[in-house]
Amino acid sequence: MTDHSTRVPVSFRHAVSGLSLVGVMVLLLGCASEPMREPLPPAAPASLPPPVPAAPVRVERPTYRGPWEDPSSPLYQRTIYFDYDSAEILPDYIALMRNHAAYLGSHANTRVTLEGHTDERGTREYNLALGDQRAEAVRRFMIAEGVIPDQMATLSYGEERAADPGRNESAWRQNRRVIIQY
Amino acid sequence: MIRAPRSIWSLALLTLSFVLVLGAGRAQARLTIEVTGGVEAAQPIAVVPFGVSEGLIPREDVAAIIAADLARSGRFRPMPTRDMLALPSTHEEVDLRDWSLLGMNNLVIGRVEQEGSGYRVGFTLYDVFRGEQLATSSVTTTQSGLRITAHRIADQIYEKLTGQPGVAATRIAYITASGRGSNQTVTLRVSDADGYNPQTIVSSGEPLMSPAWSPDGRRLAYVSFENRRSSIYVQDLASGRRDLVASYPGINSSPAFSPDGQRLAMTLSKDGNADIYVLNLMTRELTRLTDHFGIDTEPAWSPDGRDIIFTSDRGGSPQIYRMSTAGGPAGRVSFEGDYNARASYAPDGNSITMVTRVNGQFRIAVQDLRRGYTRLVSSGSLDESPSFAPNGSMVIYATVHGGRGVLATASVDGGGNQRLSQDTGEVREPAWSPLIK
Repeated sequence: MTDHSTRVPVSFRHAVSGLSLVGVMVLLLGCASEPMREPLPPAAPASLPPPVPAAPVRVERPTYRGPWEDPSSPLYQRTIYFDYDSAEILPDYIALMRNHAAYLGSHANTRVTLEGHTDERGTREYNLALGDQRAEAVRRFMIAEGVIPDQMATLSYGEERAADPGRNESAWRQNRRVIIQY
Repeated sequence: MIRAPRSIWSLALLTLSFVLVLGAGRAQARLTIEVTGGVEAAQPIAVVPFGVSEGLIPREDVAAIIAADLARSGRFRPMPTRDMLALPSTHEEVDLRDWSLLGMNNLVIGRVEQEGSGYRVGFTLYDVFRGEQLATSSVTTTQSGLRITAHRIADQIYEKLTGQPGVAATRIAYITASGRGSNQTVTLRVSDADGYNPQTIVSSGEPLMSPAWSPDGRRLAYVSFENRRSSIYVQDLASGRRDLVASYPGINSSPAFSPDGQRLAMTLSKDGNADIYVLNLMTRELTRLTDHFGIDTEPAWSPDGRDIIFTSDRGGSPQIYRMSTAGGPAGRVSFEGDYNARASYAPDGNSITMVTRVNGQFRIAVQDLRRGYTRLVSSGSLDESPSFAPNGSMVIYATVHGGRGVLATASVDGGGNQRLSQDTGEVREPAWSPLIK
């Protein structure tokens, strides 16, 4: 997976203006043999095409992508919380993970990213490894529940993406988590 | 919400949209330094404002820079200019008895003259009591090189008087963060050791982590999430050119250059969980160093290149272990406390600095490896990311002050402490450059 010989094309001497960046992007677009889509920043879901192949069930919600977005669905709960400095899965979250495992088992084309996070205590690099362990723990549980490994990727952010920026116990509790991202 | 990119081109576009990689030469908001105590044992020294040739207005006050550098070391207490009774700038104008009466141990005088489009800067250091000249020299510099010339003079003075190399002419790499969520901007910056001349090396909407200097001070390794995963890059500072050296599945973390600059230790979890690997940067050969089901991370080389210390939770809690870079068993190094992590060596290899937990507070500790003795050098509750100054005199680390992330230095040898902060946003993960020749 590592491309050792890759020179990253974004290499600029001295200051680079936003304008010349756009220029580089246009150049790259021009070279692409594949038809280009407009880049879709995650903040603009309104322009996303419906990825679910089935006919849309809710015309009034054109951005609806799956039952995990429906507050009344059990799949809406997608966050598994952890104890401090631990990657051990707590019994409270087994039912939640089983719901997702069952859904993924019956939707073989659906893929998820298991996103691991920690609170800010302890060192950043250790926490990156701890977030990875948490995501791996969820992945192993899901595999044991019958999910095909290829349906899941893991991504640890360590303490770099706090859900709650507070520096107290309740914020830390919110931040020690794995999110199942569809 | 994170989504898998639909094609390599949309990935490239994301990268281009969010990441600016820059060569040298972009001015930014600088770090400001506050000296926060510990100067009781400082030696009195007078750095007289440098004389200038008729009509010349140099762009920097060289004597003020030298005095500030000496004060920041914590070893010297420069005399305020207003207390000086004379302002000599040549040997003929110096009367050492004046300075002796004022209680000065040492005196520095100098001159800045026009030379071509730049300057010639000369200085002399005196031992006031012995009536001797300890050092004198004269160098030419461009206009923009005047600050670094002043820092080098401060380092010559420091070394002459303490026997240790000075670190005024070194640099600091650090991470800044402002905004939250999709409005977050994270930058990797490099500034002079006094916070001046900050330059943005990379700017991204995704996290940047773990800057590490090459031993020649010309390259930085760091972790970037710009590809929606942690990846390790090595970037040449002067040109901005960079190489992606590790982007395996799982985490790609904690780069550390070997003392010869040819290998990069790192943490990868591609084989199941976090273990230490060494990448030969010439041959691109990757060697696995640890193989344990626990977390092994945060590798750091011994100055002789023979050993690597790292953090492992194999004993149940994070502790520091040491093993040969040739492989073999790992032995535990830290024994006090139930959380010790992110250790790195002092330049002489005789001690390490690390993060340690004491009563639930994360502090910076220095452990003497020969005697096993450990002492705390910081007093915060979330202190992290310590690294030694390249002369071993102090440790720089990240701490929280007034609710914001700032940098701080702690003396190891009885000098002063400082705090480095920005006007806005967080500053973290400092890494002190090697001595720059």
